[in-house]
Amino acid sequence: MAYLFQQALNALQLGSIYALIALGYTMVYGILTMINFAHGDLFMVGAFFCFLLAVYLKLSFVPTLLFTILGVAMLGVVIERLAYKPLRNAPRVSAIITALGVGLFLENFTLALSPYPKHIPALIEHTTWTIGTVSISSLQILIIVLSLVLMLILDFIVQRTKAGMAMRAISWDKTIVPLMGVPVNKIISLTFAIGTGLGGAAGMMYGLAYPVIDPYMGIMVGWKAFISAVVGGIGNIRGAMIGGFILGAVEIMVAAFFPSTYRDFVAFTMLFILLIVRPYGILGKPHPQKV
Amino acid sequence: MKKSAIFIILLVILSLGICGCSKDDSSQIKIGVIAELTGDIPAVGASCKNAAEMAAAEINDAGGIQLGDKKYPVKLIIEDNAGKADQSASSAQKLITQNKVVAIVGPNASRYALPAAEIAESGKVVLITPWSTAPKTTLDSKTGASKKYIFRSCFIDPFQGRVLAKFVLDNLKVKKAAVLYDVASEYNKGIAEIFKEIYEQNGGKVVAFETYTTNDKDFSSQLTKIKQTAPDIIFLPNYYSEVPLQIQQAKRLGITTPFIGSDSWGSEELIKLCGKDCNDYYFSTHYAADASTAATKKFIEDYKAKYGTTPDDVAALTYDSFGLIFQSLKTAGKNDRQAVRDALAKIPQYEGVTGNMQFKEGSGDPVKSAVILKVKDGKFTWFANAKP
Repeated sequence: MAYLFQQALNALQLGSIYALIALGYTMVYGILTMINFAHGDLFMVGAFFCFLLAVYLKLSFVPTLLFTILGVAMLGVVIERLAYKPLRNAPRVSAIITALGVGLFLENFTLALSPYPKHIPALIEHTTWTIGTVSISSLQILIIVLSLVLMLILDFIVQRTKAGMAMRAISWDKTIVPLMGVPVNKIISLTFAIGTGLGGAAGMMYGLAYPVIDPYMGIMVGWKAFISAVVGGIGNIRGAMIGGFILGAVEIMVAAFFPSTYRDFVAFTMLFILLIVRPYGILGKPHPQKV
Repeated sequence: MKKSAIFIILLVILSLGICGCSKDDSSQIKIGVIAELTGDIPAVGASCKNAAEMAAAEINDAGGIQLGDKKYPVKLIIEDNAGKADQSASSAQKLITQNKVVAIVGPNASRYALPAAEIAESGKVVLITPWSTAPKTTLDSKTGASKKYIFRSCFIDPFQGRVLAKFVLDNLKVKKAAVLYDVASEYNKGIAEIFKEIYEQNGGKVVAFETYTTNDKDFSSQLTKIKQTAPDIIFLPNYYSEVPLQIQQAKRLGITTPFIGSDSWGSEELIKLCGKDCNDYYFSTHYAADASTAATKKFIEDYKAKYGTTPDDVAALTYDSFGLIFQSLKTAGKNDRQAVRDALAKIPQYEGVTGNMQFKEGSGDPVKSAVILKVKDGKFTWFANAKP
């Protein structure tokens, strides 16, 4: 029982990071019906921002987090303006290829600066509490709580504010909404800023939990977060959160009860089956194509 | 108009490239290096490159290598394999067919050395891998016999696995071990299996044998499983970039068991990434920088003067690989691939900076001893020797 509880904690930690990244994929898809494949690499840039701020400017936890989110959000907006906006009316394939290109650019740019894996210093005091045989670390609690807080803030912005209403409206219908006086470009920039900012925050938390970072760290995590977003129903914000936690839980639990070699194999098979039963994801709604 | 201009520019660039490599230069000895300069273990590649450049500079300062009645300078051609198996193979191919090198040093990690070795063997060019300890690297995959052109300057994993298993049983005197290793990597998998076999043959018990795949960052599930089995020691035969993550995560999960590692720990980067968390753990490796002979001391001092860091095992082994090639060139007396191979295969004994190497007839694996190092206050210190 204690073993199960310990593994559940591990799953929550991993799941909350997947969920934060998945949000970025799902928000951009919701508003532009485009998959931003560079998102995993923006997550990586977040971890490197955190490294630079913590090591060279010696900032403490809160300013590092704020500046990381701000920095990555700005980078996200710039990328949208320079790389994606000119292609907004181009075929969707062009946008996807561009996104992959931006991702490769970010990876190799970071690689060119320094190929060495970097170590992120512990920004908070590490304490491990042991209750019975279950161990909880301060970092684990921080990651889980902070992710939940960020997700609640996001949910509030999207559901309760005017900008959030505009986002939902644009994702609903892109032709009529501008005619109603909604500043589409501004809202798209805002969506990118929030989505990539969350990715940056996830990068920082991932960097704190797994403190060895390298330019390729975003690839696999990015794929997994993308899968989380699809499982939850891409375009649906609450779906992305649920998807992230499901993937984290499946990965940890498979390794906990099967030989760990089978982890990815079993985890992804289960996700395939889920998608066969519900191709539009858990919370997604089917969009029948009208002829 | 615009298109044809671009076309002409492209043609010019292409022809420049072709001219650049078809220029044959017999006035120098070309030696290829394949190193992991980027990718997952760049510290290994950097050490390899540094030591290679130092070895070449030393011999060139002395006028070059005496072949017949003339001295020839050595020219290095260094290729980056980007930490990829396919790029290791294509680098080997390029060095052999385009650059026409007489011999190749590297790649270092077994998972990259293996594909490059296949190419070198079929191209009939000597390849010495400094750091690949997996037995397969020098063995023919079909027949299991020794490859003819592949050599190494390090010991092999069955020996290292035995040394570690014995060390845990005899020196640390613990009988319950757990292993966590990368199942997708040739080296990690090989040494983990050998350790388990020898350890259990000699009365120990491996209570958990857990795996992950390259580039994983989260080991919490496997470590929780290991914690459940309450081992006395945890063996991590993994690369220096992953070990700190594993140890730090284990500590956060409340694991207080000591850890032990293999020669893949032996990079200064381990200390940088691990901080205090790796203190007081042991690992086996090729040489100890703090307990060494006169020749080794000179190498360490020269290296420090040139690059400002203590040479790690990869640097020392690369330097020895070059020593082996230089000696075979001198014995062969000519700049010829086959002659170098034949001379190298006949070297009975070589006194390198990593110790005495003995080659048995028909095998590319030297017989040499290992050392056990202890991580102490952020430094690698000598702890014990293990004879072959």
